[in-house]
This record gives sequence, C-alpha cells and structure tokens, in this order.
Amino acid sequence: MAHIAELPNVLNDSDPMIPRLMRVVKNRPETSNTFTLTLEDPDRIPFKFEPGQFNMVGIAGVGEVPVSVCGDPDSPMLVVHTIRAVGAITDALRRVVPGQFVMVRGPYGHGWPLREAEGHDVVIVCGGIGLAPMRPAVYRLLQARDRYGKCAMLYGTRTEKDILFKREFMRWRTRKDFRFELTLDRGRGVWRGNVGVVTDLISRLDVDAPNTIAMVCGYEMMMRFIVSSLIAQKLDPSRIFISMERNMKCGVGLCGHCQLRGTFVCRSGPVYRYSDIASLLPVREL
Amino acid sequence: MSALSTDLVKVLQRSELGWLLAILRDRGYTVVGPTIRDAAIVLDEIASVEDLPIGMTAEEGPGGYRLLPRSDDAVFGFGVGPSTAKRWLLPTSRILWRTRLIDGTLTVLPEVAEAKPVALFGIRACDLQAVDILDRVCAGGCYADSHYVAVRERLFTVAVDCADPPSTCFCTSMGGSPAAESGFDIRLTEIAGPPHRFLVDPGSEAGSAIVDALQAALASEEDLAARASQAGQASQRITKRLDCRGLREILERNAENRTWDEAATRCFACGSCTMVCPTCFCSTTKMSSSMLTGESECERQWDSCFSEQFSFIHGGSVRESTMSRYRQWVTHKLAAWHEQFGVSGCVGCGRCIAWCPAGIDITEVASTIRRSDVAAKRPTVGKEH
Repeated sequence: MAHIAELPNVLNDSDPMIPRLMRVVKNRPETSNTFTLTLEDPDRIPFKFEPGQFNMVGIAGVGEVPVSVCGDPDSPMLVVHTIRAVGAITDALRRVVPGQFVMVRGPYGHGWPLREAEGHDVVIVCGGIGLAPMRPAVYRLLQARDRYGKCAMLYGTRTEKDILFKREFMRWRTRKDFRFELTLDRGRGVWRGNVGVVTDLISRLDVDAPNTIAMVCGYEMMMRFIVSSLIAQKLDPSRIFISMERNMKCGVGLCGHCQLRGTFVCRSGPVYRYSDIASLLPVREL
Repeated sequence: MSALSTDLVKVLQRSELGWLLAILRDRGYTVVGPTIRDAAIVLDEIASVEDLPIGMTAEEGPGGYRLLPRSDDAVFGFGVGPSTAKRWLLPTSRILWRTRLIDGTLTVLPEVAEAKPVALFGIRACDLQAVDILDRVCAGGCYADSHYVAVRERLFTVAVDCADPPSTCFCTSMGGSPAAESGFDIRLTEIAGPPHRFLVDPGSEAGSAIVDALQAALASEEDLAARASQAGQASQRITKRLDCRGLREILERNAENRTWDEAATRCFACGSCTMVCPTCFCSTTKMSSSMLTGESECERQWDSCFSEQFSFIHGGSVRESTMSRYRQWVTHKLAAWHEQFGVSGCVGCGRCIAWCPAGIDITEVASTIRRSDVAAKRPTVGKEH
C-alpha cells in the first residue's frame, strides 16, 4: 500500500517513544486560532522529512498530538509546525514563547507522492488548515519546478481572516509557472476574489486527466467532495492522494488508535492513494 | 518450532512436579502460574506447587465464570482465566520517560524498566499462539516496542495441555489445539493416572537444559499413548466453532450489517473483552507533572477501543456509537488483523465470551453476519417486482 518506498526517517531510532526537546525560536499567530511554531534542535541536528509526514508534538506534563510538518524540506535546521488550537494540548502549544522547549518525535508516516508526480501535471486542492501539510510539497514542487508539468493549487477557507500564509501567496501568485487560486466561503467588504467552495474552482480547471496527479488535504467530508469533483474531471482514483486524520498516541503503529480498517494511518498514511481506501470512506464511524 | 523427538520426553510423578518449579526459580526466573485470587484462577507469581489451584476447576459460559471444586486432585484441571501473558509482556502501565532539570536544563530521561526473566508456568496452547501474534504486533514492524522485546527475549514458557476445555473454547477453529504443539520451551501433559504423573517434553534448547537437569525417567510407550489419546479427547470436547472460511471478506463487506446494531443493544462498551483478550494490544499515553518539582512523566497504559475518547479528534469521536466500537473490535480481530499482521487476531480462547457481562458471543455474532451476508442476499436477476 505504501507508495513511497523509503521508510520514514527517525530521530531516535533506538526507542521511538522517547521525544526530543526542541527549542522554540518563534511562535507567530497566523489567524485568530492558528499559529506557527518554528523550532530548532539545541544540538543542531538536522531534521530531515518528506512533505506530508508528521511529528508527534507535545508539552511535558500536558500531552502530545500528531501535527504535519509545515516547513521547507530544504531547510533542515528548522522544524516548522502550523497548528490550530482546538484542544488542551494545542492550546498549551499556542502559549509557548521563544526559548521554551517542546517535545518532538518523528517524522512519521508516508508523505505526498512527489516522486511519482514527476513528469506529470499536479493539482493541489486544500481547505482551511489542510494547507499546512501541503506547504512543504509546494516548496519542493517550486524548487524542482522543471520536473513537473503544469502545476495548480486551489485553496479554500472560510473568511479573509482565516487565510493562512498570506505573504507566501503573494510570492506564489507572481510565479508564471504556478497557478494559484483562492476562494472564500464568505467574502465581505473589499474582497474582490473568488467566493464559493473550493470544488467550484476544480470545475474551472482545464485538467489533462490522464497526465495529472492530485493531492488533497482538508476535512474528511470536504475531501470527499473534492475527490468527487476530481473524478468528475475524469481523474483516475489511483492518481488522487488524500491525507487522513485520526487519533494517535504513538505515531509508530504500536498503540492501535489510528486504525482505518486494515491500515494504521500513522504507518500507511497519513497520505493515502485514494483508490486504496475509497471503499472505506463512505462507511460511517469506521 | 515443533517439539524435539519423542524419545526425549520424560515423566515426572505428581510428587516431583515441584522439582521443575524449583529449578526454574533456582535459575533466576520469576515463576508466574495459575493461582486463585478473587474467586478466579489468574496468573500471578507462584512460589511452590501448593500455590497452583489443585483440585479446582472453573465453569465458564457466556457471561459467566465460577470456581468449583473438582472430584479429583488435578493440578491443571481448568481452562483459561481472565489473565493472560500480555500482562507480563505489555504491562498494564509503564513509565516511558521522565523529565528532570539537570543543571538548569530540561532533560528527557528514558525509563528503562527492568526486564526480569519470567517463566510462565502452565501457559495454554492458545496463549502461546497469542504470544506469537503479539510478537508480530509489538516486534514485527519497522518500529519495535523495546520493553516488549526485552521481556520476550527472556521469557521461558512451560506449556500445559488442556485436558478439560470449557464450553467457551474454540481454539480448534483458529488453527490451534488444546494440546501445545509448538512455541514452548517445555510442554507438560498431566495424566490423572493412576499413577498421577506429568509428561515433560522439551521444545527448545533452553527447555532441554532444564529437562536434563530434572534427571527424570524416560516416558514409556504407554505414557505417550495416554498423552495422544487425551489430546484427541480434549479436541473432541471442543464443540464451539468459528467458521473462518472467507470470514475476512464477509466482515469487510458487512460494515453496514444490522447484526452490529443488534449486538450493540446488548454491549455496554465496558471494554472487558479487550482487557481479557490475550492479543488486544492498544495503549494510550498519559502525561502528568509534579506541582512540587515541575518535573513530569509519561506513562503508557492499556487502552480499549470501546472507550469514547479512543478515537477522539478535534470536534468529536470518530466512533461515537457503541455499534461502531463493537464493530471495530470484531472486524479488527477477525479481519483487519490479517492485513496488518498476516494472521487472525483471535486464538479461540473464549475469554471474551465468559468475561462479557452481557454474554455476547463473538462466534455467534460472526455466524449471524455470515448468514445475513449482504453479498449472499443480492436479489437474483429477473425477480424484480
């Protein structure tokens, strides 16, 4: 089922349950409830990861949560996580200040199929915080732009206030070899851009279906709509990749929490080939 | 690994059984065996043969377990109780690490739990099979549970053939048998006699060394014949069946089968089945910190897929209903396990049937789903109304 042959890199391969302490360099608010932590290893050990992989990030005495790595894979001295504060642990992470330490284990799981996508057109569709796991893939894509065909990214979020990485968008927008589209659920005031759901943007794309690979990230329900739209554009389900989210305690396939039928999301995922799990997604409460 | 040739089988008289225990203790093993606690036969540390439930048995049925005296003084005349080998291999709770301030610097100190050598004395064939399954789960992937591996490498097993399996057992459906055939260091067979005796059969080099140290007499042809006939009779006594033919595919395509809803009306989601199951391995981690020192620790604890928070992600639980949790447990055990670990997760020990307060029988649920299989119920062409 794994579409990337290499096993994930591990920081502490002796015991995967032992976290590393990483120093907070920066804690920057992105939106009202989303923030970006920039971390560094106090021993300056480079952090290598594949776009789409995740870390278990936590605070001693509070707990750990799986968070996708959001930084540039070609800047291994910094570990970047963009996190939405939705519970006790992510709320505690939101309050950390530079100089403090957070716990990191990882990177774990399988990421985006950037190698498989070489020589093909790439369509990236994401919604809300789903942009975070996608950003390292965009960095990679733009860094080795000549290896790919046409590249497009479609991003939908609720309101103008919820737009992540605005400054980055300016850079991405000015590139002639990268089509970037943004849509808001609700646009008010000075907003002159797209309004509507992200699937509306898909129908406007001119997709060369047999030659395209799609990468999708967002809420599970949203991803199901996005995938349907992509399939309506004649994309083969085996060329669509989605990133799944489940409860995780260990991140390495030992705790049993993240099971999705016969797979562990932490090990087989979080990025799955859609055709591998297509029959599982419609089953309620699986 | 199968037993070495039968000419190495020795025989111990009932009065000599203590020798085996003494040798194991002498070689530094903590001997864990069946003993009576809280009106049940559980596994715990034992010091001598007298700690074993001599002359006792347990009556087991759906939702029921009761200790009873036997009419004889058999040492192992009972089936399996609520405890399993996983309590030693995967402790109910274990500290993974602690943080300490060392020279003003926060440091994570891995907690290396002592892995003392344990001899499981009187483990049944189904539980040996369960240990083999746990090996795949905890040590067979790209990340191994280091504590599991350390305990497992030092584990010594003295298996005992089941002579009198209770009605909840169905090991013969799950590729097992009441008699231990492989995976043990020593296999014991209790023969009521007269004379009341035990056949001792080494299954590994470590087992051979211990059996040699016993300096016991060789088993006779008659002893071996008695062992074979007893094993045959015990197998015949097992009448409960779980039909595994195509079961994986049947369960996979029956996620929406109404049988799950019916089972869920009886299921309390108490998690008892996952606690007594010899292969259920799920765990959680709990962090806590000291108000006094500011130092903290991370503890790994047994967890159960029957709890609501098990599948919690922001916004709610993936498996909110009892139906979905019961379905997850059974489908994982009997179907998904194959994809994950190459074997079924069930060994047919029947514990989940006896220790379910509602008496839900996994074999009955599986067979009801088989009977109401959606694929088998497709309307035939030309019969449309």
